[in-house]
Amino acid sequence: MSDSLNGGLDVTSIRRDFPILGRKVHGDTPLVYLDNAATSQTPVQVIAEITRYYRDSNANIHRGVHTLSQEATALYEGAREKVAAFINAPSPQEIIFTRNTSESLNLVAHSWGRAHLREGDEVVLSEIEHHSNIVPWQMLRDERGIVLKFIPMLPDGTLDLDVAAELITERTRLLGITQMSNALGSIVPVKELAALAHEHGAIVLVDGAQSVPHMAVDVQDLGADLLAFSAHKMLGPTGVGVLWGHMAVLEEMQPFLGGGEMILTVTLEESTWNEIPARFEAGTPNIAGVVAFGAAIDYLSRLGMDRVRQHEIAMLDYALPKLGDIPGVTIFGPPDSSQRGGVISFDLEGVHPHDIGQVLDSRGVAVRTGHHCAQPVMAALNVVATARASFYVYNTTAEIDVLADAIQEAARYFSGDSGSGDA
Amino acid sequence: MPDGPTPGSGSTGGSDIQLDDLYRDILLDHYRHQRHKGELGDQATHVADGANPLCGDELRVELTVEDGAVTDVAIEGRGCSISQASASMMTVYVDGRPVADALAAVETFQRMMLENETPPDEFGDIEALTGVRKFPVRVKCASLSWKTLEQALIADNESEPVTTDNRSEA
Repeated sequence: MSDSLNGGLDVTSIRRDFPILGRKVHGDTPLVYLDNAATSQTPVQVIAEITRYYRDSNANIHRGVHTLSQEATALYEGAREKVAAFINAPSPQEIIFTRNTSESLNLVAHSWGRAHLREGDEVVLSEIEHHSNIVPWQMLRDERGIVLKFIPMLPDGTLDLDVAAELITERTRLLGITQMSNALGSIVPVKELAALAHEHGAIVLVDGAQSVPHMAVDVQDLGADLLAFSAHKMLGPTGVGVLWGHMAVLEEMQPFLGGGEMILTVTLEESTWNEIPARFEAGTPNIAGVVAFGAAIDYLSRLGMDRVRQHEIAMLDYALPKLGDIPGVTIFGPPDSSQRGGVISFDLEGVHPHDIGQVLDSRGVAVRTGHHCAQPVMAALNVVATARASFYVYNTTAEIDVLADAIQEAARYFSGDSGSGDA
Repeated sequence: MPDGPTPGSGSTGGSDIQLDDLYRDILLDHYRHQRHKGELGDQATHVADGANPLCGDELRVELTVEDGAVTDVAIEGRGCSISQASASMMTVYVDGRPVADALAAVETFQRMMLENETPPDEFGDIEALTGVRKFPVRVKCASLSWKTLEQALIADNESEPVTTDNRSEA
């Protein structure tokens, strides 16, 4: 499948690395995978790394003196260095491996929040956050009596920065903000908001679950204090998340889970905490997953994140007018591809998103339908759900054409224009 | 032939048989032209709300019950074709029936959807929902109106909204 885009990615060659993209569904229908904001597909290089690890190097890490344990430890720590370099973190020791973005965000709410937040302290979030950057703070609010404030969403899916400037004050202790909305694709000017938060002495937690896989993110340039993201949305395996934090911020955090690995000494009376990042990595981690994540980062680094972003802009510039021209289709989120990640959330008049998803699936097209774990966004748009197509490095304009045809098919199917159905 | 495919609704392509199995013409007709759509106002003696928040299906069922029988019924909601068509079919069935029959039908419906039981003749159009059985994630859509009906009949006042969605989601 060739591609006419000028994004600079050799999509034909990339697709050969993803065997799943060659499979058929419902008999002989080619798969069109457009659910990348939920999880990305896995290239053979990453799958091979998982296999290679279990075949050749499997052992527990940081414990044994034997050869396999030392190999496994070197591979695991090597992946930590790759992650640090990928986001330009000052030190690999600032990279904490978790299970997923949700766990990383919960870790901050639990460990930083409990150490620093008292009754009346304010945490500023936004209306376009994923539930995982809302619920942990609501739990802490109920426990500690902190105050949550939300930067509102404008009708085009971007944030109201004027209101943000009023909400962030001397009472603000933490700004928790997504860099890219999973529901709408809106790109948030985090650098600007982080500077504002820092002026008022607050620290800045960034939900990078959607941004880190799709654009170059430099934590030092961004001005963030903490950044959370997941391997499985960036060509890596499921079960691996990352929390990056400035060492000074991490040092002020209490451990999250207690157990092996995170301690230095344990008596029956008390324990002393291990160094960072081990302090936050209790128990045997997903070693194979982390090692394979390193291979995913190698893959993305070879492509170049600027070219990944350019490819998605080109996909948006092709898809937005094409889908927008279909009668009955409403596209949510920023109209300009410069303010939007590779995500298109849409509504088709008279057809519920679940029915859209069902018709699209029958055409081999995988999209997400529902509230996308962002019910406040749905409420602000006054919809109960949307259908969402989301792109990645292997998607083509030909696949957008299949999507557009399938949406038109859904419109015909439910309108009754086909002649049958209406009694 | 409860599970047999019906002729397509004008679509083309190799996978239509499966889709048309789910979206039978009778079902699409109930979706486009919902029976008993509206509100009963002061006449309602029994009311319940149902919702599957993860899907975005919402439904209110209002009933007038006199002398142990449903003498009027109304539904109002928004949601997918399966949930809204099922609600319409449900109203046609319960209108005029004794409450005991309506409650028994809730059980029969669940057995039809979950245990592949052949629907009784008096179910009429409801039989078209047997096509949903092949799509397990949509069974909860079809069940919502019946569970909401049950809630309206067994609870005298409005309580917690009914849901048939037991999945969890971030």
